[in-house]
Amino acid sequence: MTSIGTGYDLSASTYSPDGRIFQVEYANKAVENSGTAIGLRVKDGIVLAVEKLVHSKLLIPEANRRIQTVEKHIGIATAGLLADGRQLANRAKDESASYRDNFRAQVPIKYLADRLGSYMQVYTLYSSVRPFGISTVVGGVDDDGPSLYVIEPSGVFYGYHGAAVGKGRQLAKTELEKLNLAELSIREAVMEAARIIHLVHDDSKEKDFELEMSWIGDETKGLHLPVPKDLFAEADAKARAALEDFE
Amino acid sequence: MDHFPTNWGRPRNDAFDAYGTYPIAQRPYNGPKDVFAEGVKHTQQPIVTGTSVLAIKYKDGIMMAADNLASYGSLARFKDVKRLHPVGTNTVVGAGGDMSDFQYIQSLLDSLMTDEFTEQDGHSLGPAEIHEYLSQVMYGRRSQINPLWNSLLVGGFRDGKRFLAYVDLLGTTYSASTLATGYGAYIAQPLLRKAVEGNEDTLTEDQAVQILEDNLKVLYYRDARSLNKFQIAKVTESGVSISESKSLDTTWSFAEGIRGYGSQTQ
Amino acid sequence: MDHIDMQQLKSGEVNLGTSIMAVQFEGGVVIGADSRTTTGSYIVIFFQISVDSGASEHRLQANRVTDKLTYLHDRIYCCRSGSAADTQAIADMGHYYLQMQAQTLGTAPTILTAAALMEKMCYTNKDQLSAGIIVAGWDKSFGPSVYNIPLGGGLFRQPWAIGGSGSTYVYGYCDATYQEGWGRDQTVEFVKNTLALAMSRDGSSGGCIRMCVITEDNVERLFVPGDQLPRFWEGREVLGEAKKPQINRDVVPMAVEA
Repeated sequence: MTSIGTGYDLSASTYSPDGRIFQVEYANKAVENSGTAIGLRVKDGIVLAVEKLVHSKLLIPEANRRIQTVEKHIGIATAGLLADGRQLANRAKDESASYRDNFRAQVPIKYLADRLGSYMQVYTLYSSVRPFGISTVVGGVDDDGPSLYVIEPSGVFYGYHGAAVGKGRQLAKTELEKLNLAELSIREAVMEAARIIHLVHDDSKEKDFELEMSWIGDETKGLHLPVPKDLFAEADAKARAALEDFE
Repeated sequence: MDHFPTNWGRPRNDAFDAYGTYPIAQRPYNGPKDVFAEGVKHTQQPIVTGTSVLAIKYKDGIMMAADNLASYGSLARFKDVKRLHPVGTNTVVGAGGDMSDFQYIQSLLDSLMTDEFTEQDGHSLGPAEIHEYLSQVMYGRRSQINPLWNSLLVGGFRDGKRFLAYVDLLGTTYSASTLATGYGAYIAQPLLRKAVEGNEDTLTEDQAVQILEDNLKVLYYRDARSLNKFQIAKVTESGVSISESKSLDTTWSFAEGIRGYGSQTQ
Repeated sequence: MDHIDMQQLKSGEVNLGTSIMAVQFEGGVVIGADSRTTTGSYIVIFFQISVDSGASEHRLQANRVTDKLTYLHDRIYCCRSGSAADTQAIADMGHYYLQMQAQTLGTAPTILTAAALMEKMCYTNKDQLSAGIIVAGWDKSFGPSVYNIPLGGGLFRQPWAIGGSGSTYVYGYCDATYQEGWGRDQTVEFVKNTLALAMSRDGSSGGCIRMCVITEDNVERLFVPGDQLPRFWEGREVLGEAKKPQINRDVVPMAVEA
């Protein structure tokens, strides 16, 4: 990297002469090293899926989840530093709780994404802190229907029909673009999400991984819940079969 | 409005009232006083109130009943208030006392359940935990001399066990197979005990409803802050269900023949 | 330092001894209030500074007819009863919060949210406030709604709500008269009649009737001057002199023997 040794990358509070903040760019590198996380916004709900890389066989299966619930109707999937993801989820829980407390209504997804974006942006301004090493997929269903956002380490956030962050994001995005997301049912989306995660996983480089999936829709009564075991097994099996055909 | 500026919370001040035109004897005392004499004042009284809540154990779980009235002193102000509140899938909380405090308690419980849900750790709160939580909140607030002016019944069914307990504005708790708050504690409780104690495992759902309705009727006859419009909640193996509002037939024909207040016959 | 005795100040406070009301109908809500403000039995004169357009002249305006229908947001109003100072402060804060919320969300707030904000202020500060507020209006999510926030806080949704000292005289009238499914005009009549009845029986209410019809499209102000209020039974002025027993002068009294 060209910036190394120039001295402009030591603090988030210093620009480089060409107007970049290297600390934020390094934070993006932390995201790129992480297992892929994707989100699908379809006509009747949201599906989140994560390729959780398992770095040790001693870890308990299904523990250390990377998809978290921040409010009954909102889930977030993070790619990057797990601890940063936890911190952001806690902040998201606080934001949602205070919104609920003040306005007696569930927090709109866009508002939450906005607040979290602002929260993360503050960590790009000071030399005493480091930016968040995560990109976050925020998915939920509110009064305006399903919505999906991605917040990047810079604090910027965009709304998406389909989103992918982490190591396999390029391939995942290509696959998401092929789908007609607006017409897909949430059950179909679960199948596609499983397939994409299996597809983008590179077994030659990475060891083991665990597929993690959650959804929000009519079938969950608007709650953010893990995809039920039987549906999960079906999607997982189909994804593996599709992958074998592919190869 | 007192238009005499020197009386606005100050002792006599020569700058405003040089000639002492206002008789000293008529002025309120505004001199130094013991600021701790009255202590810090908080909620002194309930304002919009609900009356009794009744609850019993029966064969399949617990059943709870309360009417739909929120009174404002003797004014029957709100006639469609829900005083039975479901918490999660296997607990119900019923409240008498101040309705604004009850609404606050509902929001506390909803937040608690949301926090528990977002943990996604496979655990959830049952009736015993919710009762314990409420008892801590209630006792905590009474210790700040700022009580939540309610008496609450917590009922539920979880892991094959019935749960029924009481907690009030002081943080007092107890548990029994029949419970009643407010007027019900005096009037309904003895009747409930007679009907339920020893029969908890044999009373059917229909019998339980009958017992509660009989007692609601007695309370409607005797409690001047009650309403003949109520709901019954049951918590069983299959979760909480709270009925629509309903009312009972009452009897008044005996009153037609009553004359005067003693020996009068016509 | 000598400090102000709050009890002393509170006892001399300006109160909205009031009749206020809000009723929802198919396309919106009608809210209404009387115009009287009292301290004890004295009808207060308010001074309002009005700025004339054109001339930058500030003019002091004497005003014995208060406006208790208070703007909170474009389609959300509240009716205030209780202490004038307290309810004005609460309404001002509510107005501020709703502006903030509308700016951050980019959409108009719901009546529920407005009412919840107002309730929170009333509930958390119940020991130092005397405020009974009705919040009403129209929003995209729920349509027309009316919320009642009584003295110590608490939030109660109702199809119609009445409040203030005058309301206690007209609960029976409202219970007997209100029906679901009314249109705008019937609802306006109901509010006007109810307030007139409350004002005629409650010494702390009186003056004129102000009303607002809040619908999706606009907020329409209506005014009934104090000399054109609907009148109901007031004794013989309305019904005329009571009939005197007719005495037939031709009838000769019976002679009575001495």
